Amino acid sequence: MSSNAVYSKIEIDMFSFNHTKTFKGGIHPSDQKVLTENLSFEVMPNPKQITIPLTQHLGKPAKPIVKKGSEVKVGEIIAEQNGFISSPIHSPVAGKVLKIIASATVIGFPKDAIVIESSEANEHVLMSPLDPETVTPQEIRDRVRDAGIVGQGGAAFPTYVKLSPPPDKKIDVAILNGCECEPYLTRDYRYMLERTDDLISGLRLIMKAVGVEKGAIGVEDNKPEAINKLKKAVKKHSNISVEVLKTKYPQGAEKMLIKAVTGKEVPPGKLPFDVGVVIQNIGTAIAINDAVVKGEPQLTAALTVSGLGINKPKNLIVPIGTPLAEILDYCGGVKENAAKVIVGGPMMGVAQYDFSAPVMKATSGILVLTEDEVNDHEETPCLRCGKCVDACPLNLTPTKLARLSSLEKFEEAEQLGITVCMECGTCTYTCPANIPLVQWIRFGKQKVMALQRERQTI
Amino acid sequence: MEITTANPTFKLELTSSPHVHSRWSTKQAMWFVVLALIPALISAVIFFGPYQLLIILTSVLFCAATEFAVKKIRKRKITVDDGSAIITGLLLGLILPPNFSLSSTAIGAVFAIAIGKEIFGGLGYNIFNPALIGRAFLQAAFPVAITTWTQPSYAVDTVTSATPLAAFKFDKVVTSIEPMFLGNVGGSLGETSALAILIGGIFLIIIGVVNYRIPLAMILGMILFAGIFWIIDPVKYPNPLFQLFAGGFLFGTFFMATDWVTSPITSKGMWVFGFGIALLVFLIRVFGGLPEGVMYAILIMNSIVPIINRYTRPRIFGEAK
Repeated sequence: MSSNAVYSKIEIDMFSFNHTKTFKGGIHPSDQKVLTENLSFEVMPNPKQITIPLTQHLGKPAKPIVKKGSEVKVGEIIAEQNGFISSPIHSPVAGKVLKIIASATVIGFPKDAIVIESSEANEHVLMSPLDPETVTPQEIRDRVRDAGIVGQGGAAFPTYVKLSPPPDKKIDVAILNGCECEPYLTRDYRYMLERTDDLISGLRLIMKAVGVEKGAIGVEDNKPEAINKLKKAVKKHSNISVEVLKTKYPQGAEKMLIKAVTGKEVPPGKLPFDVGVVIQNIGTAIAINDAVVKGEPQLTAALTVSGLGINKPKNLIVPIGTPLAEILDYCGGVKENAAKVIVGGPMMGVAQYDFSAPVMKATSGILVLTEDEVNDHEETPCLRCGKCVDACPLNLTPTKLARLSSLEKFEEAEQLGITVCMECGTCTYTCPANIPLVQWIRFGKQKVMALQRERQTI
Repeated sequence: MEITTANPTFKLELTSSPHVHSRWSTKQAMWFVVLALIPALISAVIFFGPYQLLIILTSVLFCAATEFAVKKIRKRKITVDDGSAIITGLLLGLILPPNFSLSSTAIGAVFAIAIGKEIFGGLGYNIFNPALIGRAFLQAAFPVAITTWTQPSYAVDTVTSATPLAAFKFDKVVTSIEPMFLGNVGGSLGETSALAILIGGIFLIIIGVVNYRIPLAMILGMILFAGIFWIIDPVKYPNPLFQLFAGGFLFGTFFMATDWVTSPITSKGMWVFGFGIALLVFLIRVFGGLPEGVMYAILIMNSIVPIINRYTRPRIFGEAK
């Protein structure tokens, strides 16, 4: 396909509203958003002690520039960016550095972290606010980098890198991801309702930074209030559209969202840049707005605390570094029948075992699920029903890939595209035999990627 | 319960994502199939009398007992409660002729499970539809008994030949659609009533146990192939509706070809599989020596499912078209 043809397809798809846009495949899990969707954000008081991991982003850990005993202010840099794909970290509280230790983290592995004892003092060091109308693209990128903003969608990729497309890539559109297709989570929904203008301001800054004329906000059709509010707010910006998408998991996956909004498919191993798209999460856009307009670095995380196993579900704003235990306590503690605590959504989140692990920049939710909510079916043999094949949004053959992985036939799995898998978990969710398909595929994928690295070094 | 320390005071599950599940289980799907077969079961009793229940019961009992025995001998987990052997028993019973001998039924049932399924490793590993394997064995072992057709209880027509397909094949008599739709014609127990089969089949499609693609491909395929020949010579070749409603075509369409284990996993493959069966059924009925060909058509297509899966693998998202 020539790039011209691709461009005209965008034109047609992006500004037609006569059908609900989506992708092929996917699943419809019970969304459970009713638990928290009508609860406004609540600001949780600062905990006495916070623990700030140096790895809160994809890439190299930040380098600490404070020592035991250092006094810090709110917004002060405590660890600096270390390499191109890295991000600086600021103190969300005023206080004293107690120690630098290896701490439990919500991603499951211990990481080096700075422990700060917070004081009553409330001294701030903020960056200078910039005028969003006159700011230059380079100033936006620099500010986003200096403010330590990372992607809020889960992968925590340093945002300034995503705002720096290679000069040979022509970008057509900037898309904000307001799908929030993970069940239970309502953080982005609350953001869309409570900070509508700020997120549009953030989107306009993103558009300016990458030099595109068009912006789009993709929202699933189970959020009519957010859609109405956004549509009203974008009226004064004729170049920004609100795209109503079908409610379906994983509609918020980058490739699925781009397909639904622009009709284009990001090829395996390629980036959104390669099809002329820059994509950012709702929360990231708001962080960008705050960094530019108010000069605030990323100090807090907004998250949904939900699940049938927590006494008081809430949408919360907490300082980065707050331990999970304090948040669970603040939400009334867990119920007797709690069975699993997850950070993230129920489809892709990580089960927790140590509640001293702190909230990080990209933490979007804490779920306490009960025995009834978690999957405890027995595994039975594959009946080749084809449900996983039908549901896989990337058109893979999960049952085959899982089987090849379990037989350690990694080369064959590689040929069938195992590395394309984004581990959304749709296959495992849909499998009547309850085979841990995505779990096997994860294992196989890691082995294949190790094989590929080996080949490169030879 | 309060969490006041870093260490949780309750037992935590630590499996990796996804943490929630569709709640579908193999067992549940199997029992839905059993439920969907009840209309066909009722039609068998209405049209051929209560004795037929004994045939079906014998078939079910011997299928379940064979699976139990094989698992016991091989020291494997007993899986009779997953319902799959019950389904094989029901399916085999429903594709036997009325008043078929109970001892022969039992032999067919043992063969279906032991050779059709367990010899491959049990549920999920068999290549052929076990009930059809049982029926094929009975056809070879008792060729006369299995083609001896009792007229239905409410038979009013004067057709002397047993089934609509045989009547057409040997006497060029086309049975009218209405009795074939209701089931008031000669044929296997559960195969005569299109109505009963459609009720069960459509139920399975709606709740998501059966994917619509294979039944649709078979029906469209049969209309296409039969239609072409019928247009060419409407005297020599029966009309497409007759081909759909006659014999075991609809029963095979909804309950045999759609067996998860022995049908393709890819969506394109399901279309190929369905069209292939329709074509083979048509060829056997019209050009072969037998009046009916559903059983052989499905068994033949079962055997090439791995090849179909291989060549119909979907294009990976984002790869060049």
